[in-house]
Amino acid sequence: MADASESATIPITVDFSGGLEMLFDNKRRHSISLPATDVGGKPANIAFLIDHLCRNLMKDPRAELFVFDGHIRPGILVLVNDADWELEGEEAYEIQPRDNILFVSTLHGG
Amino acid sequence: MEEDTRDRPIPSGTAASTPAAQNGCSRQLTDDEVDRYSRQMIVPGMGKEGQLRLINSRVLIIGAGGLGCPAAQYIAGAGIGTVGIVDGDVVETSNLHRQVGHATSRIGMKKVESLITHLRGLNPLPSYIPYPTHLTPQNAAEIISQYDLIMDCTDNPATRYLISDMCVLLGKPLVSAASIQKSGQLIVLNCPPTPQGLVDGNYAPCYRCCFRKPPPPSSMVSCGEAGIMGPVVGMMGVAQAGEAIKILASALHIPPRPLADDDATPERNLRQPTLLIYTYDLESAVGPYSFRALRMGGRRRNCFACGEGSTLTLEGVQAGSPNYEQFCSMPTSRASLPQEERITAAAYHAAKERGELSEHILLDTREKEHFSFGSIEGAVNVPFGKVLMKAAAIMRDGGSGRDILPVEAGDRDAPIFVVCRTGLDSQETVEKLKELGLDDGGKRKIVDIAGGMRAWKQDVDPSFPFI
Repeated sequence: MADASESATIPITVDFSGGLEMLFDNKRRHSISLPATDVGGKPANIAFLIDHLCRNLMKDPRAELFVFDGHIRPGILVLVNDADWELEGEEAYEIQPRDNILFVSTLHGG
Repeated sequence: MEEDTRDRPIPSGTAASTPAAQNGCSRQLTDDEVDRYSRQMIVPGMGKEGQLRLINSRVLIIGAGGLGCPAAQYIAGAGIGTVGIVDGDVVETSNLHRQVGHATSRIGMKKVESLITHLRGLNPLPSYIPYPTHLTPQNAAEIISQYDLIMDCTDNPATRYLISDMCVLLGKPLVSAASIQKSGQLIVLNCPPTPQGLVDGNYAPCYRCCFRKPPPPSSMVSCGEAGIMGPVVGMMGVAQAGEAIKILASALHIPPRPLADDDATPERNLRQPTLLIYTYDLESAVGPYSFRALRMGGRRRNCFACGEGSTLTLEGVQAGSPNYEQFCSMPTSRASLPQEERITAAAYHAAKERGELSEHILLDTREKEHFSFGSIEGAVNVPFGKVLMKAAAIMRDGGSGRDILPVEAGDRDAPIFVVCRTGLDSQETVEKLKELGLDDGGKRKIVDIAGGMRAWKQDVDPSFPFI
């Protein structure tokens, strides 16, 4: 039983934009298999995804460009299937199979 | 939907109720105007009514750069009656690949004067009002209050938050865009404007609702550092003009009935606006994700500027509260090395000339594009991101700190000098190299060239192509 829950994963795509792709091997789109639950057995949510990305997908050591105090750093928008995550419950949103999660850095130049 | 808005007279007591907007709609178009604007007037939904609304509108463009130039061209071309332009800078050669409202012959001229020269050639009919100054908390209210719609074409977060706050306080719709390197963003905010503090209902968000906090300065780079592709910023500026023209011609900034209950109004994509993002890829053709349309939330109940119980006021802003500079410059952890680990560019050059530095490694940590334009003789290039990545890999997987250096320098024990563009990355690199033991317990010198290649150009070699 423990085996089954450990191996269960959710297929999702994660996109990075506005320069954040630089931290993730310069790839803008990643198809990943996210563990369906966190270590405590709770369904994977965005907070868990962010931690997972930092541990497993980030190639650049400059984690502070992505997370700050354990949360997504100011100046990064998170979109769940193209909608601002505040419409979906922010960090608590439980990830569904085939979700697309987009992280985009806000721009200021002009 | 268009019928609804076009045929409705502009109500008084709203954002567009300047005397001109009230009176103008009854007048006839002149022959010159008919001739000039005919191709856009025959577009379904536009018509003579839409054109008259444009002619009676006042638009303020803040920033006469990569966004402001293309935006202003279409705003002027479309016949907006009064066009104000704010910018304190002068035209530089490095602007011209993207700031297409300027000209080689006008380098050194104030940008607002240069752009207005160009716009008058395009369309002499509008009134052009120059503000050859930067927007500040002190002058913002006086300038912004004169206009019906504001276009944020600026290049820094402090001014962006200031503009948005003024638009909330003065009830102005805001068309905001930004662009850097290979990305662009566009959003229509505060449209239609709703009085500050109203939260029970569906209202359009302000800039702070969508972008609550600025990114830390350490994560931000300017167009000068990161670069910018002309067509990317141009596309965003043109799209900004498109949104502004649409809002004014169709009176989207005026609520159908003041504070009407929301269910009765047609969906106009304003109360939950779309953030358009454009990603340009130098390695592939335009693709399915080059443009994305992202659905943003509406007004936030706890927004500092427009939300419930907001304490933001015109008087407060003018007196320096909130402090925009401080809000946008949270403390950073950037290194500051002790004096003995630094040398000025001039002192490095002098020592080298005297032959005191015959045997040393000069590590240049700029991006390879910057390095390719020129470097100090003998320098080897390892971009800062590579330094950090290699350092992390060595810490994690083991290996020699020497692996960070290029092979030709890796097995030497000579002192290391580190230089970057402006002198910040180089200090961090010095610290990293010491952490990895490359200083051999203090026996080997690792030194930062203070101020980087900028200082080199300023104090040593004025002909150096610093970009």
